[in-house]
Amino acid sequence: MNEEIIIAGFGGQGVLLMGKIMAYAAMMQNLEVSWMPSYGPEMRGGTANVTVVISTERISSPIVNSYDTAILLNQQSLDKFENSVKPGGMILYDPNGISRHPERKDIKIFQVSAASEAAKMLTTKTFNMIVLGAYLKTGSPIRLEDVIKAISDSLPERHHHLIPANVEAVKKGMEIVQEINS
Amino acid sequence: MADIKLMKGNEAFAEAAIRAGCDAYFGYPITPQSEVLEYLTAQEPHKRTGMVVLQAESELAAINMVYGAAGTGKRVMTSSSGPGISLKQEGISYMAGSELPCLILNVMRGGPGLGTIQPSQSDYFQATRGGGHGDYYTPVLAPASVQEMSDFVKLGFELAFRYRNPVVILSDGIIGQMMEKVELFPQQPRLAEFDQSWVTTGKTPDRKRNIITSVDLDSARQEKHNQDLQKKYQRMRENEVRFESTNCDDADYILVAFGSASRICQKTVKIAREKGIKLGLLRPVTLFPFPAEEIKRLGRQVKGMLCVELNAGQMIEDVRLAVENNTVVALHNRMGGMVPTPEEVYHAILQKFSIE
Amino acid sequence: MEKENLRLDEIIREENIVFKKTPLLTDKVFSYCPGCGHGVVHRVIMEVIDELGIQSETIGISPVGCSVFAYDFMNIDMQQAAHGRAPAVATGIKRCWPDKYVFTYQGDGDLAAIGTSETIHACNRGEHIAIFFINNGIYGMTGGQMAPTTLPGMKSSTTPYGRDTRLMGNPIKITELVATLPGTYFVTRQSVHTAVNVRKLKKAAKMAFENQKLKKGLSFIEVVSNCNSGWKMSPIQANRWMEENMLPFYPIGDIKINGNFVKRN
Repeated sequence: MNEEIIIAGFGGQGVLLMGKIMAYAAMMQNLEVSWMPSYGPEMRGGTANVTVVISTERISSPIVNSYDTAILLNQQSLDKFENSVKPGGMILYDPNGISRHPERKDIKIFQVSAASEAAKMLTTKTFNMIVLGAYLKTGSPIRLEDVIKAISDSLPERHHHLIPANVEAVKKGMEIVQEINS
Repeated sequence: MADIKLMKGNEAFAEAAIRAGCDAYFGYPITPQSEVLEYLTAQEPHKRTGMVVLQAESELAAINMVYGAAGTGKRVMTSSSGPGISLKQEGISYMAGSELPCLILNVMRGGPGLGTIQPSQSDYFQATRGGGHGDYYTPVLAPASVQEMSDFVKLGFELAFRYRNPVVILSDGIIGQMMEKVELFPQQPRLAEFDQSWVTTGKTPDRKRNIITSVDLDSARQEKHNQDLQKKYQRMRENEVRFESTNCDDADYILVAFGSASRICQKTVKIAREKGIKLGLLRPVTLFPFPAEEIKRLGRQVKGMLCVELNAGQMIEDVRLAVENNTVVALHNRMGGMVPTPEEVYHAILQKFSIE
Repeated sequence: MEKENLRLDEIIREENIVFKKTPLLTDKVFSYCPGCGHGVVHRVIMEVIDELGIQSETIGISPVGCSVFAYDFMNIDMQQAAHGRAPAVATGIKRCWPDKYVFTYQGDGDLAAIGTSETIHACNRGEHIAIFFINNGIYGMTGGQMAPTTLPGMKSSTTPYGRDTRLMGNPIKITELVATLPGTYFVTRQSVHTAVNVRKLKKAAKMAFENQKLKKGLSFIEVVSNCNSGWKMSPIQANRWMEENMLPFYPIGDIKINGNFVKRN
């Protein structure tokens, strides 16, 4: 198994943290992982992306140009990465604010209305966890229990009261994700 | 139980520093290595091991703090990226001249000038040719994984003290910023026994005063000092060459790449092998001393070598010198923060060596 | 005298000694020009270290400039620093050995031009070290070029018609400047052109070392000195010129003691 994932969106959406939790959760299963972010000033409110590779073998390149999974959280990212998904791969996206939806027919496409669900949950900061939950339901190698463990290990002690809300968000994402071209 | 963590290269380096029993770190923020100082200040190593961490007012000050601390026999280190490493060259040259051990991490970004914060390997010449003024070398270790960002701290200190010389870890924005699994080595004592015969800790009646200096205006003595330094560098060449071979034994073609570029090339090797092309990868782990003998040996065996570098083609000069015209040496490179993809390198192989 | 022809060993006797070289100075003959203040300042610092009995706990740092080879004369462990970086080197040593005594010995070009940043930031951090700053208003070693402390109108090999402040700015009073920083605990300006002044310097130097035990900040001692070679004068002329021209601009006296400013008339 070798799963190459790109997560892209606006800086501040929690893209990097989502990738980190995915990598951490995969590590719980003794899988090999790499997490390679875009970095620098463009992160401050601009676009942010991270490449996560999960594999049963030692990972060669942490930088790839075609992906099994693309989690795309704004229009620019969708425009930029839609064609980088390998045939038979998958796009997961949030339709909120999207005017041009993915058009590929040779891949699976999943939608998760994470932004509007986060607004309903009265905390937009759980946005990335809703998306992560959605990802778990798309045939991901990652398990829910490892994600929960990863969340609690990643949060500093003083933020541990936020764990239940984040776990709830992950579960919500698993619930509301929809495959739209099946 | 193994202590396995998911960490950025920069963080793994910083954690390894604490665990290696480093006595002091002096640094200055610069992207893409600022996590080193951030991690160290967050960890409060003065509470964990007594290690000193200080944010200096400049890279010049930082390297000179390292100089002072190294002169007292302590395990000391600093880290920076290209523009800061350039400023540190003054101090590195002084330390080489005064024969002081220390560890210097360069998380390379693209240059020249302020350049870009994106990854690059364009400080290869600077690192492998000494970097500052005067005739000197420093051992240069090129990590290709987060694991090696940790492991090379220990190795780097060993080399620094074995040769009483600055040691450079030449990393880059990819290795520094990426997260991978890393197995951390256990905490080592900070103040291990060390040779105090040459250090400045205060002159006691039982010995002559110790002086840390690189200046000697007597030309004959200065020449002798230089000859002694050169002998030391020769010992490094004889004893410290390190490299990693992947699929080289039966290879028709060989990629030569270090650090992050070698990671990309590993995947290229897989792609090529799947298509029936006998491709191997030689990764120099030490850039000084350079694995010239091994490259020379492989040069007699293969039809061609392709150097893959994130610079204008710097290591290729050492490869060409090493092969002594026994094989064709070509270059595939990207610059300015651009990174080649494994497929791109694969196509470069096909094209450069006219493989159908 | 009763006897006319005393042999040398009859003169050199313990009871006849009125002055002797401290054992903390080596037997190496000073390379400084006759009349230069460096030799006296070296002696004063070494006497203080000797009297405090802290040789085995003291590390000195020599600069780039005339006193680059201070370690040839001072019989203590020393490090030679790159030009201007002595306060950073001292910081590195002191942070690793917080209970040792650490001092830098720097000239005006080293401390107040190329090393301004290191000087100000070491002072600002309140490193528990002593800085000895020898100010003779000129670059001695490289052959008499303008220093940051060269007086207005003063001639040097790079201001052959006198320092024009419109082009070169005014001399910098770095000692007054560092005194404004909370990190400095003791700031003083002394000289060595008379025996009285030498004694005052010694008192200040002693305080600078004793302060290190208190760990309350940095001690900064400026010594206004002459450079008779660079000024192209005889030692006596140079000292007179110094008194008449340097001291009005760089007045002698304590600026800050125990962290408090000293009221001056």
